[in-house]
Amino acid sequence: MSEALLSQKLVGDRLELTARGFWTAPHAAELEAEVNRIAGGSSGAKPTKATDVAIDMAGVRELDTFGAWLLERLTRQWTNVGRDAVVTGLPQHGADLVEEMHGVNREVPPRPEHKNPIVSFFAAVGRGTTGFAGSFHTFAQMLGETGIAAARVLFRPSEYRLTSTVHQFDRVALQAVPIILLITFLIGAIVAQQGIFHFRKFGAELYAVDLVGILVLREIGVLIVAIMVAGRSGSSYTAELGSMKMREELDALRTMGFDPVEVLVLPRIIVLIIAMPALTFLGCMSALYGGGLVAWLYGGMSPDIYIARLTDAISLTHFQVGMIKAPFMGLVIGLVACAEGLRVKGSAESLGIQTTKSVVESIFLVIVLDGLFAIFFASIGM
Amino acid sequence: MSDKTPVIKVRDLVVGFGTQTVLDHLDMDVRPSEILGVVGASGAGKSVLLRTIIGLIPRRQGSIEVLGKDLEKVDEGERRALERRWGVLFQQGALFSSLTVKQNIQFPMRENLEISQRLMNEMAYAKLEMVGLSPRDGDKFPSELSGGMTKRVALARALALDPEIVFLDEPTSGLDPISAGDFDELIRTLQQTLGITVFMVTHDLESLYTACDRIAVLADGKLAAEGPISAMLESEHPWVKTYFQGKRGSSLADRELVQ
Repeated sequence: MSEALLSQKLVGDRLELTARGFWTAPHAAELEAEVNRIAGGSSGAKPTKATDVAIDMAGVRELDTFGAWLLERLTRQWTNVGRDAVVTGLPQHGADLVEEMHGVNREVPPRPEHKNPIVSFFAAVGRGTTGFAGSFHTFAQMLGETGIAAARVLFRPSEYRLTSTVHQFDRVALQAVPIILLITFLIGAIVAQQGIFHFRKFGAELYAVDLVGILVLREIGVLIVAIMVAGRSGSSYTAELGSMKMREELDALRTMGFDPVEVLVLPRIIVLIIAMPALTFLGCMSALYGGGLVAWLYGGMSPDIYIARLTDAISLTHFQVGMIKAPFMGLVIGLVACAEGLRVKGSAESLGIQTTKSVVESIFLVIVLDGLFAIFFASIGM
Repeated sequence: MSDKTPVIKVRDLVVGFGTQTVLDHLDMDVRPSEILGVVGASGAGKSVLLRTIIGLIPRRQGSIEVLGKDLEKVDEGERRALERRWGVLFQQGALFSSLTVKQNIQFPMRENLEISQRLMNEMAYAKLEMVGLSPRDGDKFPSELSGGMTKRVALARALALDPEIVFLDEPTSGLDPISAGDFDELIRTLQQTLGITVFMVTHDLESLYTACDRIAVLADGKLAAEGPISAMLESEHPWVKTYFQGKRGSSLADRELVQ
């Protein structure tokens, strides 16, 4: 584009501008530069010298709202200080556009408030703290609401959503089995390998079996499964409930006289409470199997010895400790996931934020809960 | 471009999903600077036709030329250039929910033009005022808008780059009759000031009477009738007859005649 979009000539007190070419969106950048240059780089040097301005638009081949607005912005330089700006040679359609643009941007748009960085820092800290307290509040509220819904269902068992429960069980428990088995198998194998490798230095390889057995049954099995379930099912609960809330499905349920907690949340949480022990059991078995395989192939310990050693090392108590924790972890994951899902607001971004929060919070709470259980079991001697 | 050449030229178009054929050897023209209303029964393929023209749904057969170019035959760069020359208003508005109204309108500008933030702000406010909103609405998020405002912002975004063609998918659905009437008028005014071509899918008889220059009726995957409202009233096609001369249609027609 060699053609200048705007050229100027000073005739006495009158500034004559001639416009040419395409005054359209694709050329808006160069056009704006030209207009700024003519307008005296906002210092207003030229407008003060020329008392009025005439703009000849006859050479303009195309004009759109971008061009029309820039023309309007140019003429306002003069009209705003009470001088004359005459525009000639506009085609009819262009004149309509310029007329339309004449009315816009008159109102000064609201300036974004400038905030004191120190104040906004403390404000952010405050909001974060209350937000943290708020999530405990929603967690407790969800626990209460679910409890009430569960009590109501106990009195009227026929109203319980069995179909939904079975469907959720398929998704949360059955479909999770392969990945849970694989992950716990690998974890069991790794723990066994590390145990054998380090215990070998002082000839205590046999104790690697104790390590695998106790660690897997008491802690690792249930923790790994809980973290997997939080990432896999907790996140999907939050996203599901969140998008249902965004599309007003929850409001629809409410107006039909259903309690969303009873219809949607309760079956999901009950499924997690049932699924967690089942998955934990499978996970523990798979981890012990993986440990045994490594002990055999890497540690040269025959399966018979491994099993005999395992029976000596572990007791029913270890198994119970792991299994007792599982349903509580399921409950915590379900409550956090559903509570965060119901907190989703209108935007896609908030769905993402709540889903992230759901996973992070439930994993955090699962680990805190595990610690509390450890203290509890230690003090009752389990 | 002479006034005779159609801006959109659809020839022998076949579109289907699975075993179902939605559009069956359809021919259609959209003339420059007209407002074309596309009507048809629910499920007749109005939205499918619109989405096929803008390239969201693949076609099985036929050709579509928009502004003289076939979307499937041009390379990536040309395709983007072509897409810049049209704007689309989706049925639900399809505003980006994580951006404010102003940012939504500026999004196409930011991606396609290298202009200053100042000009972008001014243009966004100008577009907002053109669709009848106030600059104060610029900092709102889409979830804070009413149905009518959402449609207006979506229209402002569709107009952000001063397109030559605007596709509207049921622009007045979900609006009360007064807002719908205002919206029709807005489309009419903008079409006249900006000289754009409007391709409008609609259910709204009122829109057809007040806003459209020409009407195309889709039935059985083909164009059942085409022409101005007077031609529709005379049509012998059973669906067109029921639609325009049914209870709701004829009362509107009477009112138009009285005026």
